[in-house]
Amino acid sequence: MCRTCGCGEDEDVRVYEPTEAGHEHPRTREHEHGHEHPHSRHARTIELGVPVLAKNDELAARNRERLKEIGAFAVNLMSSPGSGKTTLLERTIRALDGARPVCVVEGDQETPLDAQRIRATGCRAVQINTGAGCHLDAVMFADALDRLGPPADALVLTENVGNLVCPALFDLGEQARAVIASVTEGADKPLKYPHMFQSADLLILNKIDLLPYVEFDVEQFAANARRVNPRVRIMHVSATRGDGLGAWTEWLLGRT
Amino acid sequence: MHELAITQSIVDAITDRVGDGRVRMVHLEIGALAGIVPDSVCFCFDLVSEGTGLAGAELEISRPKGRSRCRECGSEFEHEDPIAACRCGGVDLDVLSGRELRIVSVEVV
Repeated sequence: MCRTCGCGEDEDVRVYEPTEAGHEHPRTREHEHGHEHPHSRHARTIELGVPVLAKNDELAARNRERLKEIGAFAVNLMSSPGSGKTTLLERTIRALDGARPVCVVEGDQETPLDAQRIRATGCRAVQINTGAGCHLDAVMFADALDRLGPPADALVLTENVGNLVCPALFDLGEQARAVIASVTEGADKPLKYPHMFQSADLLILNKIDLLPYVEFDVEQFAANARRVNPRVRIMHVSATRGDGLGAWTEWLLGRT
Repeated sequence: MHELAITQSIVDAITDRVGDGRVRMVHLEIGALAGIVPDSVCFCFDLVSEGTGLAGAELEISRPKGRSRCRECGSEFEHEDPIAACRCGGVDLDVLSGRELRIVSVEVV
């Protein structure tokens, strides 16, 4: 049940714009239902031959088309919890300083905290709370785009639920995937979660300001990442101190 | 636990097509490199299919092997592990099969 008003909504996915004082009842997902009702008593085999995620993938393709039409570019940022995604986004918005319109989609199981942090920078943001769900999908992303209405040429920076497994499987309709790792994690992460690292267009190694204090082998991390994704580009950044942000913002500004 | 969402997608996709028809058997294809654990799908299926025409249906899961072409030497080889290397040492691979995640057919009564 909803902790704010007892509305019983928290079993469902919620897409909303957080406000400091208010609480709204966001839209929930609707179940589409348009099928035939055959009533044969005899067993028969129906050949389907459909990808399990066909519905998600079709909607993702529509999301991508919609973004392309307005010249917007969406990046799906994925990582384990605590890698510094939100801090990187806050810093990125400030570093871009209006050079390109930015809007943000925040995904978490619960709370509007991350979207509130992004809105504090003056940037437009919507929060998706997935409830029990461990990843964003194309339906949630479409809802978020409806809410955001990204302007022409916008960057739609989308922070997926912190998880190195499930988000890799679900296409949102993004044009690029950036996977973030941090030096406080193990350098073996790419080998442990190959599906995620294989799906990355760009790999960001965050918290490099902490390298003097942790045992993290940067070369080994790069070798492990290239073992599963040989041509991936790797950037080193410190979202708190600002190191390496130039390459990242330059990359973002160059995406069309 | 993305298998729960995957299994929900399987049940939804089949229900969309067969409606109230009683499904006796579901044939799936889950490739060795798909990142999906078939046992977890089976476990989730009982939960997700409850109350639908798929409740109690049998799951038959084919498991296509991974097959890749090495971009360095051009040879093709089979592998079960998502992290694989060619005999020549090449790891830049073009995955030809093994990522299948499909509903092949259903048997309806």
